[in-house]
Amino acid sequence: MTNTGTERVKRGMAEMQKGGVIMDVINAEQAKIAEASGAVAVMALERVPADIRAAGGVARMADPTIIEDVMKAVSIPVMAKCRIGHIVEARTLEAMGVDYIDESEVLTPADEMFHLNKKDFTVPFVCGAKDLGEAARRVGEGASMLRTKGEPGTGNIVEAVRHMRIVMGQVRKVVNMSEDELMAYAKDLGAPYHVLFEIKKLGKLPVVNFAAGGIATPADAALMMQLGADGVFVGSGIFKSNKPEKFAKAIVEATTYYQDYARIAELSKGLGEPMKGIDISSLQPKDRMSERGW
Amino acid sequence: MRIGILALQGSYFDHQNYFSHLNIETVLVKEPKQLEEIDGLVLPGGESTAMRRLIDRYQFMDKLKEFCNKKPVFGTCAGMILLSKVIVDNPTHIGVLDVRVKRNAFGRQVNSFEETINIEGIGNVEGVYIRAPYIELVGDKVQIIGKHNDSIVAVRQDNILATSFHPELTEDYKIGNYFINMIDKHKKEE
Repeated sequence: MTNTGTERVKRGMAEMQKGGVIMDVINAEQAKIAEASGAVAVMALERVPADIRAAGGVARMADPTIIEDVMKAVSIPVMAKCRIGHIVEARTLEAMGVDYIDESEVLTPADEMFHLNKKDFTVPFVCGAKDLGEAARRVGEGASMLRTKGEPGTGNIVEAVRHMRIVMGQVRKVVNMSEDELMAYAKDLGAPYHVLFEIKKLGKLPVVNFAAGGIATPADAALMMQLGADGVFVGSGIFKSNKPEKFAKAIVEATTYYQDYARIAELSKGLGEPMKGIDISSLQPKDRMSERGW
Repeated sequence: MRIGILALQGSYFDHQNYFSHLNIETVLVKEPKQLEEIDGLVLPGGESTAMRRLIDRYQFMDKLKEFCNKKPVFGTCAGMILLSKVIVDNPTHIGVLDVRVKRNAFGRQVNSFEETINIEGIGNVEGVYIRAPYIELVGDKVQIIGKHNDSIVAVRQDNILATSFHPELTEDYKIGNYFINMIDKHKKEE
């Protein structure tokens, strides 16, 4: 019997992306550059996070025309973002045939209580997390892939590092703790017990976990891999740099060879100015996208 | 016996776990010279375009061709694409498997599926198909060993084994054992 949309098929899709770079693009031309540079997937957007920040107002799902143009332009998987809890945006993207949906805090949330019941969908979802409680809640709702939230559109890696450190540290704690202690820890984290139990049994997260939110250089990408990321999302970093193509290739190579420092030095030469970046402490609490999600 | 897994991008850790279950020593191959240390090579699933760029960037191609022409190789999904001589609408990569393959042939991710099929000489094998390719045409030396409906999803050509699906995402180790037997046999003939 042929079964579509099973947990294995949805989580397996993310397994195939491992060790790779997923790039934000806003049109077919950028998508082609990303594919030629070795991206494993593209995220089709109307604006990259840095421009969403600058524009203000309500950020929504992209115009389907942009997503369709990108889908036609490349053979690698195409992802797209919907607002947190926006069932209809998600169903629309699924109907268009996008390969992965990011239920994303980069867009303005549609529901401040509930995330999507992602188990209901055939298309797989990726969600952001700052800690293991959040990560486990998203997996409990059916997310097939996770990513750190970081602080998108800032070009500042500090929040992505914080979130990856916290999640990986908490995973190690679960793996090493006595099973007697697991329920109390689930209560502390606000995490579904069965997901923590699965982590303990597997010795790792049950789904692929990428880094996202602030990666601006090849060294940033390699750093996130060393901290335990399975791959990286690069949003504003590539097409906000002076030499997008060279930059994209360098980030891909640094992600594969994240412990080969001589090579990282070589490929980091002459990349030009990376995006300027924002000091996180200068952001008002209301402007911190990572605070969105529950 | 030592199996190498091309570890440029994709599901190489899954293959490592899969073969560890069968008590086989594995090596993650990131440098061309590592090909000299292994008895068989797995080309994992992932994105073939991304892997190809890294293969070219670090002069892997000649060594890979040489290896695939003499030692046992197992390609899954993107790995099958890398091995194929003709790829519909795409340039050839390693080009040692005499077939015409079509990428994303079953459709996009929403059409990805899992299914158990009969593989000749192995039996029923569980497989996960993710934006999977299938083979449209085979050359004389290629043996078709598995089909999904009318589409060719598993083939054998001398020392080369290729599947559209991912056994490494399952706990069905039959096809892994089959590949280990291929390596055993090859080692004895050497």
